Amino acid sequence: MPYSEKYWQKEEIMPKKDLMELQFKRLKHTVKNAYENVPFYRKKLKEARIHPDDIKKREDVSKLPFTVKEDLRDTYPFGLFAVPKEKLVRIHTSSGTSGKPKVVGYTKRDLDNWINMVARCLYMTGIRNHDVFQNMVSYALFTGGLGMHYGAELIGAMVVPSATGNTERQISYIQDFGTTAIHATPSYALHIKEVAEKMDLRPDELGLKIGCFGAEPWSDSMRKRLEESFGLKAFDSYGLSEMNGPGVAFECEEQNGLHIWADHYFIEIIDEEGKPAGEGERGELVLTPLTKEAMPLLRYRTGDLTYTIDYKCSCGRTHPKIHRILGRADDMIVVRGINVFPSQIEHILMKIPDAGDSYQVVITREGTLDEMKVRVEMKDELFRGELEDFRRIQSKIQKELLKEVGLRINVDLVEKGTLERFKLKAKRVLDMRKDTI
Amino acid sequence: MDEKIIKQVSIFVENKPGRLAAVTEILYRAKINIRAFTIAEAGDFGIIRMVVDKTDDAHRLLKENGFTVSLTRVLGVEVEDEPGGMFKIAKALGNEGINIEYVYAFTSGVERAMIILRVDDIEKATDVLEKEGVLFKGEVP
Repeated sequence: MPYSEKYWQKEEIMPKKDLMELQFKRLKHTVKNAYENVPFYRKKLKEARIHPDDIKKREDVSKLPFTVKEDLRDTYPFGLFAVPKEKLVRIHTSSGTSGKPKVVGYTKRDLDNWINMVARCLYMTGIRNHDVFQNMVSYALFTGGLGMHYGAELIGAMVVPSATGNTERQISYIQDFGTTAIHATPSYALHIKEVAEKMDLRPDELGLKIGCFGAEPWSDSMRKRLEESFGLKAFDSYGLSEMNGPGVAFECEEQNGLHIWADHYFIEIIDEEGKPAGEGERGELVLTPLTKEAMPLLRYRTGDLTYTIDYKCSCGRTHPKIHRILGRADDMIVVRGINVFPSQIEHILMKIPDAGDSYQVVITREGTLDEMKVRVEMKDELFRGELEDFRRIQSKIQKELLKEVGLRINVDLVEKGTLERFKLKAKRVLDMRKDTI
Repeated sequence: MDEKIIKQVSIFVENKPGRLAAVTEILYRAKINIRAFTIAEAGDFGIIRMVVDKTDDAHRLLKENGFTVSLTRVLGVEVEDEPGGMFKIAKALGNEGINIEYVYAFTSGVERAMIILRVDDIEKATDVLEKEGVLFKGEVP
């Protein structure tokens, strides 16, 4: 049962002071849980000469060592669990690009907390029990499927667990079942738009009202494109399996930053040296789950770059906000000494109407010089059959990229539909330099 | 006037093996005949330009198969396949300040040559060439 017309749980509007107190109390408890029940952490804290009792005030958190992705791989599969196997009711994994996956586990209570957080998020976007929620992400071991599924179900929405694939059938489901809300990656949503158009349907007449988009970085310009195409309101979803899955942070009606649930996570932003980043300063998001019984990770480095936006949000929620993810610390590409984030390029391209809905960045090395190339799809409406069309589009995109990135980037036009739209996470960057080194 | 103008099919393609085959296979299967043909290349991609016997079918089929296609208004004129044929046309247009953006030609049948012209002012060019007594092909039979 929702707490009110507007909020799923009363904790969403807890007075800030109480929220901070609760957060710190839970942090101490989490450190204790990790120390007492996870040999990995007991050893790690001892090596760092920290005892859970040393955490006396908020700032003391910086005394704790970080946890990194590799720690999950090194302790594969269950080495970071704080509870015996019989207490676990589910596991999920997160695919790594190489090596073993990361395994995360949940107790009954963990699931309960998680699903309520997802419900908070979906309720926040306006999803109610009369909505039809089509969940177009992979199910199985990926947290995005089941996580959002149960969250929407808890609200009482009718869930269409359509998962990924067969886009034409997905579109029929939307029409036949009266889908009002969707969950997908932004790139898949754009693919749906294209397929719908090919089927002679108008995406904005499909009846969609709410779109929850996540699992890959996207931009405000992409939001605009999605909203205009489908006539829906698009919300940014943030989560990672190490922190339960989706539902960690989400946009509210303001669509300006994502509320991150401070009663369930301790939130830090650190700079490149691991020191706390200043207020509003961009850095890596570090999270400590505060209510996770099965897997109390301490100061987990998410690899996601953002900054905190802390002001009194008009939606009434007291939980702090983070800016939409700006990129990944490990996604950053250095080209001729300049730091470039794929999300930055996407943002620029999405602002140019001449650039298609898909793009790919290709980096090569000619001798010792890095060459960066952006491939964009030719749009039908821009092609008049003249060579001049190419020059116009290329120079326009090149000019914008030069202005924003500070690099001369070549622009290649490719036939539409040739850039792959990945269902789960679009692979936007092809770094060919790695093969030649 | 309009019957003197030909609609040329322009297709955007990447400059890589197999693309031309992909385009022409579609036309072949629909029994569409290519009457004039050229490729303008610009590095990694280019434009296939052609005049075919069933323009609307070609346009629709290529679009359905995912190609980026546009129809361009061009002039098609027929001249004697002999010295000075091209010169006569180029001179007439040049004298009137009409710019030829591109042109491609082929010989057809016996002692006739077909010239496809893309100009900056198609209406004026039609008038000029008409005065020269040039034979327009119009929609290709």
